[in-house]
Amino acid sequence: MGATSRNILGRTPYYVLTGGLAVIFLFPILWAAVASVSPQAATGQTVGMGLGNYTTLFNFGAGLPRFMFNSVLVAFLVVAITLVVSGLGGYAFARFDFPGRDVLFLLTLAILMVPYATVLIPLYVMLHRVGLQNSLVGLSLVLTVFQLPFATYMMRISFEAVPRELDESALMDGCGTFSVLWRILLPSVRPGLITVSLFAFLAAWNDFFAPLILLNDPTQQTLPVAIANLRQQTMGAIDYGATEAGVVVMALPCLILFLFLQRHFVRGFMSGAIKG
Amino acid sequence: MTPATRATPRGAGWRRRHQLVGLVYVIPTVAFVAVFFLTPLVLVARMSLSSWPLLSGDRGLNFPKNFVAIWNNQLFWPAVVFTIEYTVLVTILLIGLGLGTALLVQEVGRWVGALRTIFLLPVAVGLASASLLFWGFYSPSIGPISPILEAVGVIHQPISFLETSTSALLSTTFLIVWKFAGLYMLILLVGLQGIPDDVYEASALDGASRGQMFRYITLPLLRPSLAMALILCVTGSLLAFDQFYILTKGGPDNATVTVVQLIYREAFQRQNLGSAAAISVIVLLALLVLNAIQFRLLRDPERS
Repeated sequence: MGATSRNILGRTPYYVLTGGLAVIFLFPILWAAVASVSPQAATGQTVGMGLGNYTTLFNFGAGLPRFMFNSVLVAFLVVAITLVVSGLGGYAFARFDFPGRDVLFLLTLAILMVPYATVLIPLYVMLHRVGLQNSLVGLSLVLTVFQLPFATYMMRISFEAVPRELDESALMDGCGTFSVLWRILLPSVRPGLITVSLFAFLAAWNDFFAPLILLNDPTQQTLPVAIANLRQQTMGAIDYGATEAGVVVMALPCLILFLFLQRHFVRGFMSGAIKG
Repeated sequence: MTPATRATPRGAGWRRRHQLVGLVYVIPTVAFVAVFFLTPLVLVARMSLSSWPLLSGDRGLNFPKNFVAIWNNQLFWPAVVFTIEYTVLVTILLIGLGLGTALLVQEVGRWVGALRTIFLLPVAVGLASASLLFWGFYSPSIGPISPILEAVGVIHQPISFLETSTSALLSTTFLIVWKFAGLYMLILLVGLQGIPDDVYEASALDGASRGQMFRYITLPLLRPSLAMALILCVTGSLLAFDQFYILTKGGPDNATVTVVQLIYREAFQRQNLGSAAAISVIVLLALLVLNAIQFRLLRDPERS
């Protein structure tokens, strides 16, 4: 028995334990994917494997394309507005010492301390008053607010990590503050922008509570609420197959984005640790 | 260029005015915070003091009626008790499993890298998607658990996952632990990696055992990360909604109604925005007090 084989024997419990955990974490996702194409009585797919459940899903209610469009639009708006607001805000917090800076920054972070429901009930009333009820734009603005604490914090520390000499020398050369931001700083904070976009996308794409409260028209819904509604609306029997197909449609973009941008996802948590 | 020569072409007056330019760049932030955060907070306070039906709107002040009504609401205290039970259960499991998995994936390597990714995959899936996934997963008609156990011969009848209050709580807890364990692993892993190696090496030279190292080095130095994980987990669990709304619908017999679900029911089923606002205000105050206590307890004793 050499040293290596003893080492392998010593490591066996570790591999059994971690392997078992890996199976438990992967199993539900794999099951949903398989169940969505498997035959099942009272679903769109009764015999053999196939995409019957996806056909049911496609034609349900206002149609999958409609819900998909709503979700994509909301996600796009939230990412875009979050980038603009936190990009400009992060630049201001990092580079300018204006009056009220610290109060405003703390106030932005304080959004995290307030329960979702506490703000959404009055927002429901407010959006009604200005005619933004059932509006995907109204929903996007509300979802953006809840992205601002993390996004502003992330962009502030991203700008602070860029050496000041870079923009100071450009300012000396007569560059305006906006062109310093646009041409010199933005390329340096790209990783921060990607992290902010990733978190904003995942939050907007997956949010359930805000659209449930703010959108009353079932045809204007985003995917999560639409698919939750799908369960009740099919006649008589509950269509589990189409629901799992819906889960796959919702989860797939998130999983793919995560696999490609895992580095940026992890950085979102590293940043908190660095600054305490 | 020295700072002195740099300041010459543009004087102190320019410097002061230059700092004010920052105000222009925070206009969007100010607008969002004022319109979508501060205004709703003022309005929710106002609503909690008013008779405010969902459809007809503000009917004038009625303080303290909404708050008295909470006291008499038969669902309120059961919802508070259930939410706290759920929070304690989920927090213990998530922090424990998060720390356990973080310790398992500390080293560098292919298998460890793959493991981290696997544990993090459910974090990327949305909570509503995960709840819908498990709604099918637990169902007697397509759920895979009962058939597997029946095939092995462990059970002879399908297990019911959501039919009793205990099984509904445990099934929802499993879903949440599955969905969020990776998140807490990541937070604690960042903390673990911030502990310098030479602290362990020095204690190893002094003959410390692995258990002693964990107890006297890892846990104390992990305190800031543990504090952040704890506050995040307690806050998130106290505000639980999606998972119960989708998976149990508060059932069986309202046994799994959480506080936020109660707010939703008051507002949109009983159509009473005033009393929904009153519960929201109480939840906000309770959360602020709780987080202040947690911050105080978990603050580094040496720094305070």
